[in-house]
Amino acid sequence: MGRLFENGNLALFRDGFLQTVEISALSALFALLLGTLLAAFRVSPVPVLRVFGTVWVNLFRNTPLTVLFFAVTFGLPRLGVHFASTTLAVIALSAYTASFVCEVLRAGINTVPVGQAEAARSLGMTFGQTLTQVVLPQAGRTVLGPMSSVFIALPRNSAIAGAFSVSELYHFQQTMTDLGYGIFLIFFWVALAYLFLSACVALFFRFLETRLAVAR
Amino acid sequence: MRTRRTIAAALSVLALTAVAACGKEAAPASDTTAKLPTYTVKTDAKVEGSKTFDEAKKRGKLIIGAKADQPFLGFENVASGTREGFDIEIAKMVAADLGFGPDKIEFKTIVSANRETSISNGQIDYYVGTYSITPARKEKVSFAGPYYVAGQDLLVLKDKAEYTGPESIKGKKVCSATGSTSVKQIEKFAPVMPVTQYDTYAACVEKLLSDEIDAVTTDDAILKGFAAKNPGKLKVVGKTFSQEPYGIGVSKDDAAFQKAVAAALKAHEDNGDWKKAYDATLGLSGAAAPEIPALTN
Amino acid sequence: MSGSSVLYDVPGPRARARNLILGVLAGAGLLGLLWYVYRSLDDANQFSAAMWDPFLYKNVQERILTGLLDTLRAFATAAVLSLVFGALLAAGRLSDHKPVRAVCTAVVQFFRAMPLLIMIFALYQSLFTTAPFWGLVIGLTLYNGSVQAEIIRSGINAVPRGQGEAGYALGLRKSQVMGTVLVPQAVRSMLPAIIGQLVVTLKDTSLGLIITFPELLYVGKWIASNSSTPDGYPYIPVTIVIGSIYIILCLLLTALAKWIEGRSRRGANRRTSAAA
Repeated sequence: MGRLFENGNLALFRDGFLQTVEISALSALFALLLGTLLAAFRVSPVPVLRVFGTVWVNLFRNTPLTVLFFAVTFGLPRLGVHFASTTLAVIALSAYTASFVCEVLRAGINTVPVGQAEAARSLGMTFGQTLTQVVLPQAGRTVLGPMSSVFIALPRNSAIAGAFSVSELYHFQQTMTDLGYGIFLIFFWVALAYLFLSACVALFFRFLETRLAVAR
Repeated sequence: MRTRRTIAAALSVLALTAVAACGKEAAPASDTTAKLPTYTVKTDAKVEGSKTFDEAKKRGKLIIGAKADQPFLGFENVASGTREGFDIEIAKMVAADLGFGPDKIEFKTIVSANRETSISNGQIDYYVGTYSITPARKEKVSFAGPYYVAGQDLLVLKDKAEYTGPESIKGKKVCSATGSTSVKQIEKFAPVMPVTQYDTYAACVEKLLSDEIDAVTTDDAILKGFAAKNPGKLKVVGKTFSQEPYGIGVSKDDAAFQKAVAAALKAHEDNGDWKKAYDATLGLSGAAAPEIPALTN
Repeated sequence: MSGSSVLYDVPGPRARARNLILGVLAGAGLLGLLWYVYRSLDDANQFSAAMWDPFLYKNVQERILTGLLDTLRAFATAAVLSLVFGALLAAGRLSDHKPVRAVCTAVVQFFRAMPLLIMIFALYQSLFTTAPFWGLVIGLTLYNGSVQAEIIRSGINAVPRGQGEAGYALGLRKSQVMGTVLVPQAVRSMLPAIIGQLVVTLKDTSLGLIITFPELLYVGKWIASNSSTPDGYPYIPVTIVIGSIYIILCLLLTALAKWIEGRSRRGANRRTSAAA
């Protein structure tokens, strides 16, 4: 088992793992922000914003992530926007994941009893107030389940970045295979790293669920 | 909404098939094909005691592994679907001596990582595609050659005079193919780390053309092809810093076949076909034909 | 509820004016952005004839068509296999035998956490070097099968308890309760989620690119990297064309899901969302 980690390969593995964590965490943050914004757009009273949200979601949910990576990697430079490949990966992953976050939130907003929004309105709250102070906090609890599967999927999806010049875990797997190490041995360690990551995300969401649980 | 979507989808499918029905044929490549040599096919070719040869004869065609994305070396033309390049010519001249004409050859695209496997499990009869002869590879396959000696070099934008050799790459952004030995070689010259890596060189060249990176590095033969495809924009620096003797990969347990391939190679190097093939392919990049290396395998 | 209308009052004259201004501003901003994108791409000559020329050739069109067929072939095979695998795993997770349950749970959790790319690459390198099709299909089956198993399981669990209990009270065996009472009722509510996951399966066939399976995206990459033009390689046109084909395919599948959902609205409708 130890043979894989000779000649500084352990450092490569560690760097790959940290890179996966980094792009996943950053993408999670941006996807959450962007997804919430898109969900607000989709239920807003402004038709243009609703259309924008709908187009975004349909476009990004139905495009393979790999195609999105192609678009970002080769498209943005032609727009005069130059970024490092890790930044490009974060952009692709956030744009993609945000469309899923948006749909989960929208479904959650629909589960909040109509009376809640009506009560808020009768108190004279605006759309923004109704959404941020009454509906979203309640939707937040019900969407934790589906949201956790979106965010467990994120580190998994981030593996594609390895094919686009980001030195994360998939890149480690590729490099080690090229160096001639046994594929099962490599797979064992890489799999372990991903299992660890998804367990962490799952635990985090379980923690949130217990913290946010309210008797209804 | 639903019907509209269905109609849109139906229309697009229709459009696709309609377009497919009236696509244009590739224009016959005028000047280059004219200069390509033709090779006389030996009708009485025979390789005693070679399993690979017997099977190819029985099959009626030769299956050759090649690259598809290296211009003027091993390249699959998008418009016509035909293979072209120096490696392809080498493959054809050897095939002619084995008794297989161009219509009796099937090319298979094999990526670098799968070369040894596909040779040893008989998926292909032999492999011609920037295949460096190394001791490690010789443990798994046999080689005939070298038929060309390449060396790692740099491809840069034409107007960049500051790149004179590998030393000038210090602190610059370099791109190469994922996991290739070129990456390890260039890392010694302290470019920006990590080295940008994509699975095709075309992606690297695209990044070079859009000014995202400073140089592409790999064997000069490959770089020459890309320089020739983008005339007036790119240049090969011309100071190699490694030795990559290209060979034809054949099965390790078919010594008779390896000998036959090596003999065919020698014959065509001697009768001038090698030079003609080079001039019609890699020579288009402007680099004069190098010395033909002596066969060692 | 119709989603939006409850969240805000019917806009009065001032709110309408405000919304209009917001809408116009947002619209202008978006149009400006689109215009900027269009202009930049045009300045980079991405809309030049040379960039789009490859698509005019018969050979290229045929390759795209065979790529599309290969994508659909991989998708169809993986879809069938993943549903079978998912059904088996779901049955295992609902089993009365603890060891069977434990094994199936472990399998589901493992493959759900594993990146498809990592798995496909490992399968390809170890067993399917000469048959990338099967490397891709088996990778897709293991992952999507595990997700389908969870959808099926939660669908069956969502059938009211009384249904199963009534079955047992009538003296039916477990297999009979499953086959004649629970599954037929669950299928209706599960279908949208199952088809949602099939969309994911379809999108993920594009990972065949990594292991040289000549599906649609692989063909696209081949076109892009083998057509040099005076302005670089046509990655953007290829992304637009190939991306559109994927979007159309996925929208067709989604439309199918919507249609089925509409037909089965009467039933219990607990949905499990498809994983990304």
